[in-house]
Amino acid sequence: MAAISREEVAHLARLSRLAVTEEELDTFAGQLDVILQAVAQVGEVAAADIPPTSHSVPLTNVFREDVVTPCLTPQEALSGAPDSEDQRFRVPRILSEDVAS
Amino acid sequence: MSDLTRMTATEIAALVAGGETSAVEVTRAHLDRIAAVDDRVHAFLHVDTDGALDAARAVDARRAAGEELGPLAGVPVAVKDVLATRGVPTTVGSKILEGWRPPYDATIVQRLRDAGTVMLGKTNMDEFAMGSSTEYSAYGPTHNPWDLSRIPGGSGGGSAAALAAYEAPLAIGSDTGGSIRQPGAVTGTVGAKPTYGGTSRYGLVAFSSSLDTPGPCARTVLDAALLHQVIGGHDPRDSTSIPQPVPDVVAAAKLGATGDLTGVRLGIVSEFVGEGTEPGVMTAFRESVDALAKLGAEIVEVSCPTFAYALPAYYLIAPSECSSNLARFDGVRFGLRVGDDGNRSLEEVMSLTREAGFGPEVKRRIMLGTYALSSGYYDAYYGQAQKVRTLITRDFTAAFERVDALISPTTPFTAFPIGARTADPYQMYLADLFTIPTNLYGGPGISVPCGLSEGLPVGLQVMAPTMADDRMYRVAAALESAVGTFTPPAL
Repeated sequence: MAAISREEVAHLARLSRLAVTEEELDTFAGQLDVILQAVAQVGEVAAADIPPTSHSVPLTNVFREDVVTPCLTPQEALSGAPDSEDQRFRVPRILSEDVAS
Repeated sequence: MSDLTRMTATEIAALVAGGETSAVEVTRAHLDRIAAVDDRVHAFLHVDTDGALDAARAVDARRAAGEELGPLAGVPVAVKDVLATRGVPTTVGSKILEGWRPPYDATIVQRLRDAGTVMLGKTNMDEFAMGSSTEYSAYGPTHNPWDLSRIPGGSGGGSAAALAAYEAPLAIGSDTGGSIRQPGAVTGTVGAKPTYGGTSRYGLVAFSSSLDTPGPCARTVLDAALLHQVIGGHDPRDSTSIPQPVPDVVAAAKLGATGDLTGVRLGIVSEFVGEGTEPGVMTAFRESVDALAKLGAEIVEVSCPTFAYALPAYYLIAPSECSSNLARFDGVRFGLRVGDDGNRSLEEVMSLTREAGFGPEVKRRIMLGTYALSSGYYDAYYGQAQKVRTLITRDFTAAFERVDALISPTTPFTAFPIGARTADPYQMYLADLFTIPTNLYGGPGISVPCGLSEGLPVGLQVMAPTMADDRMYRVAAALESAVGTFTPPAL
């Protein structure tokens, strides 16, 4: 049995903000199925009582003094932006016509 | 003057310091070499000719003014295109960042500049460092200087190939699951993954933040150690950076080069010398183990049973972190924007931008990570992988109670032909079978050339406890003193 269906991959693509093509969906569904079946091996390890490791360095709450230091100018910060206006990143509309009116 | 491009970084630095050659002359020799061979190797995505010559002139001026120069002043270095370089294109091997010129330097790049090294340019890599062959670069593959029809490893195939092709004596890589060590192994060069947190990630384009570790690549162990010393150490701009000095890796490499390993206990990882490894790789490995024993090392076998689950755990943890990290490529602050016709919504433009900007492997991993983090699957996949990570760390800790360092082949197989593994992504993943456990544990690992199999290089991996990077340099340098270095056929 497949670990993941084509429909599930289409859903993942939407969640991932990837406008994948129908052809890609066919390819990815097969490939992700192979990968998922392989990585599911982690389930074979008896680890119910084992604490998870998210990070190998045991550092928590690293603070620094709150001092003013030189930083990027607005012009530098916006230098790579696809679009900008009035020292701000310019984005496509985020509200639909209905909501905006 | 004999060919400057054939020299080690140590030799070049001594000649520059002694005034026997100039940094400009050294830089020109390497730029000429790049011009002569890189159309066939394709190690570089961008060659910064003017910036390199300016940096070289500055070093020569400082020397002329009688200033004290650092141990690598005037030595050219190639930088993997994963590190931000001020004003110099930084693509991460991806179309989504094509044309981006960062307004700042990564900490490592800043340290390279401060040390008087000369950055030649940016090297090719699998897109976002996801891959084991550099075939997933959006700008075409890099070719292995040992055999141009074969892969140079990945993701840092460009850096490793630049070394093997004598285009640069030093290079920077980044290692999330083996991306420094595996290219080192298959190109006959040295690649070291420092302890996680031992090198700054500030300005490193993030793939999997709990695993990403920048590090040195070179043609000799001592050169790698010198570079490690320059780039390593605490960085207040990276909150996961370890606030301790870098272990004295240079002294350790020099100690190792004396060829005496008396009193050093080395453990062969039993799980990595089984049937999954190519016979030619095993032969070179076994011969190197004999050489290490002759140098005085005590050799035992150590079983690390959970290492068998490192690869599956890694391919849940790394994609999960990547699916989150790569959300920043949204077509708003930098890079590509596609489909913004004034009518489409932000979400539509974002989806079209990411579809056009990311290649297939990056898309696979983003979706895989999104799946593993989804409600209902989290415990079985991401959560379970994190528990396996704990068990792998326990295996390392137990092993290091018995031995000073662990050894294994770096890779199960030598450089494979370009195109051989791209059809089946999971076959590609197997290239990192032996390098991944170290990343999950967070300790240091180094690959050092140990022999040839059918004319192709084989690497031996040394793995040491966290913050004992010096130990692996000692063992690697000792092996190098016994087996020598390996020179590819003329290009």
